Amino acid sequence: MAQMNLLQAINSALDTVMAENDRAVCFGEDVGHFGGVFRATSGLQEKYGKSRCFNTPLVEQGVIGFANGLAAQGSTAIAEIQFADYIFPAFDQIVNESAKFRYRSGNEFNVGKLTIRTPYGGGIAGGLYHSQSPEAYFAHTPGLKVVVPRNPYQAKGLLLASIRDDNPVIFFEPKRLYRASVGEVPAEDYELPLGKAEVVQKGSDITLLAWGAQVEIVEKAAALAAADGISCEIIDLRTILPWDIETVANSVTKTGRFVVSQEAPLTAGFASEIAATIQQECFLHLEAPIARVCGMDTPYPLALEKEYAADHLKIYEAIKNSMTY
Amino acid sequence: MNTDIYSESPVVHEPAFIDGHSVEIPILKILKQDGSIYKNAAMPNIDQELATKTYKTLAFHRVLDERMVAAQRQGRISFYMAALGEEAASVGGAAGLKDQDMIMAQYREQGALMFRGFSLENFMNQMFSNEKDLGKGRQMPIHYGSRELNYMTISSPLGTQIPQAAGYAYGQKMQGLDAVTICYFGEGAASEGDFHAGLNMAAVHQAPVIFFCRNNGYAISTPSEEQYVGNGIASRGVGYGMKTIRIDGNDILAVIAAVQLSREYAIKEGKPVLIEAMSYRLGAHSTSDDPSGYRTREEEAKWQEHDPILRMKNWMLAQGWWDEAQETALFEKLRDEVLAAVKVAEKIAKPPVEDLITDVYDQVPPLLQSQFDELKVHIKKYPQAYPFTAGRIK
Ligand SMILES: Cc1ncc(C[n+]2csc(CCOP(=O)(O)OP(=O)(O)O)c2C)c(N)n1
Ligand SMILES: [Mg+2]
Repeated sequence: MAQMNLLQAINSALDTVMAENDRAVCFGEDVGHFGGVFRATSGLQEKYGKSRCFNTPLVEQGVIGFANGLAAQGSTAIAEIQFADYIFPAFDQIVNESAKFRYRSGNEFNVGKLTIRTPYGGGIAGGLYHSQSPEAYFAHTPGLKVVVPRNPYQAKGLLLASIRDDNPVIFFEPKRLYRASVGEVPAEDYELPLGKAEVVQKGSDITLLAWGAQVEIVEKAAALAAADGISCEIIDLRTILPWDIETVANSVTKTGRFVVSQEAPLTAGFASEIAATIQQECFLHLEAPIARVCGMDTPYPLALEKEYAADHLKIYEAIKNSMTY
Repeated sequence: MNTDIYSESPVVHEPAFIDGHSVEIPILKILKQDGSIYKNAAMPNIDQELATKTYKTLAFHRVLDERMVAAQRQGRISFYMAALGEEAASVGGAAGLKDQDMIMAQYREQGALMFRGFSLENFMNQMFSNEKDLGKGRQMPIHYGSRELNYMTISSPLGTQIPQAAGYAYGQKMQGLDAVTICYFGEGAASEGDFHAGLNMAAVHQAPVIFFCRNNGYAISTPSEEQYVGNGIASRGVGYGMKTIRIDGNDILAVIAAVQLSREYAIKEGKPVLIEAMSYRLGAHSTSDDPSGYRTREEEAKWQEHDPILRMKNWMLAQGWWDEAQETALFEKLRDEVLAAVKVAEKIAKPPVEDLITDVYDQVPPLLQSQFDELKVHIKKYPQAYPFTAGRIK
């Protein structure tokens, strides 16, 4: 196995798909010759030609509208939105089109072959428009799948599964980890299942849930708690929509305590959906109220990013509060 | 209107396609690189005072960009975007307007704000996101804004200011003001849906807005050949039924002339204008970019020869309005001032933690207030983790 960072793992997944499937096409702003502003599509144009990996004009609604059409035609469309903060011009194409193509036509047509890749998340001094985590907007849309990997191994396996899944998938890439997260990644083809959470650390006292770059933050909090003798079970949700209720509910049934953490603001974030469902599923097993540790209900700031963020210390406090409730 | 087209178009009886490039668009050039004026060129309205102010602003722009790119390399600021080689578009634009005109820029138009007199301290405070930044340290460097100077605060999502400019200008007209809105954007951003929405809204609703496209050949790594295949951006103005002009964007006199005439027209007719200024982004897209991955040194060298600042200097020298001694003294003074200002700005404290929750709404809603109260308790508990704010929590 090779050591890869998260970008290399993404690149490897794209390379795998383009090699096996000559109807797979990668495109987006600066994606072609340059290989994307983060270089996730590096080398793909050289290898597969300009007709299969190319720059688009600077228009997100065009990128996704084009991708919808291409996928409806039966090609494998892998579109990149340069930053998740810039996905909103394409909101209509995603929410009203990608998500509803199959349903409205009685499956006469669908865009199952569409995958949208986009870097998301904060912690990089990006301010309002290079830091957002907009997964909840899309999680509110039946017909879409929403996937977020936490490390290079997960990224490759989940991206391959997303591209091959017969539903439109939005694949949010934690850009803070693009180069920072390095790990063993098989050079060969493999898939990790969509719709399945993963228990990344077994524990008995409390369940901690996160996704993407936030998993690492939760792990840091769990390490602090461990020093206090608190045993945390950590779960990576991996797929936001449709999400794995069973794995989370089983864990909370066992531990009786639950903290869920996300980068995005608290109000109407996906953590709230999870909290409501787990409260219903595990009501009689809960020893403390479910805690949500999230970004504050403000736009993502710059100078006060540290104060704003759902950092490990805030999660650690939530763990202690839950334990002593 | 549709019926007019139906009944008034010339009729043919064999299919006659119009070629996508059949509209020929001339390019306005007034000033040559050597500082001389093209024969019979129509000069803008410019005297020694305006020319000197314009030139000094260009010089300040060049120096600030140079110094701040260096400051970013030294790790003193996180990010910067220079406008090397295309400073005439923003500076000349402001020089052709009146102070009451609104400027809605993309991000590479700090020159217009300089012309309006935004202080060096204000530039620095924004870039260092300190507590004196008018934007309260919330946005990345170069996202300036000033109500006092009629310069709308920059927003990173591309193209969003274009339809907004139509609305802003419509309001100015409705109020009967002697004011227009100038709206800057790149040829890349002109691909956004908001561009098309904005131009059509302005044309249909007759808003006095000057759409100013800086066509600098690139959108990050994407060359304009991969951005559009029509006749530049100008041809689209024609499509929206708008008065349109293409100019040499490195020719400060052409920029000023086009903007002055556009302003006059926009006020008198109450209608929008599109200007396409042809130029070249000589530097990197931003300090996060390295153009060697997508273009050649030869291409860059070719454009070095069209330096708009040197071109204006040559003209100023020829006019007898400027000399080499003044030139040396000005650049020396500017470099010293910028260096000194960096040193001051980087020592000014970060914004107070209260700035996190204000301005989300006009008033802080109760839930956010309670989140903030919890935050303060938390920071007091872990002061070492929040060094910029811990010492100042009340
Ligand atoms: C909606 C949106 N999409 C993508 C981006 C990322 N982005 C920032 S600048 C840029 C290129 C803009 O090129 P152009 O409009 O030509 O302006 P220039 O940089 O050449 O001045 C891109 C793609 C963005 N800021 N907003
Ligand atoms: Mg450009």
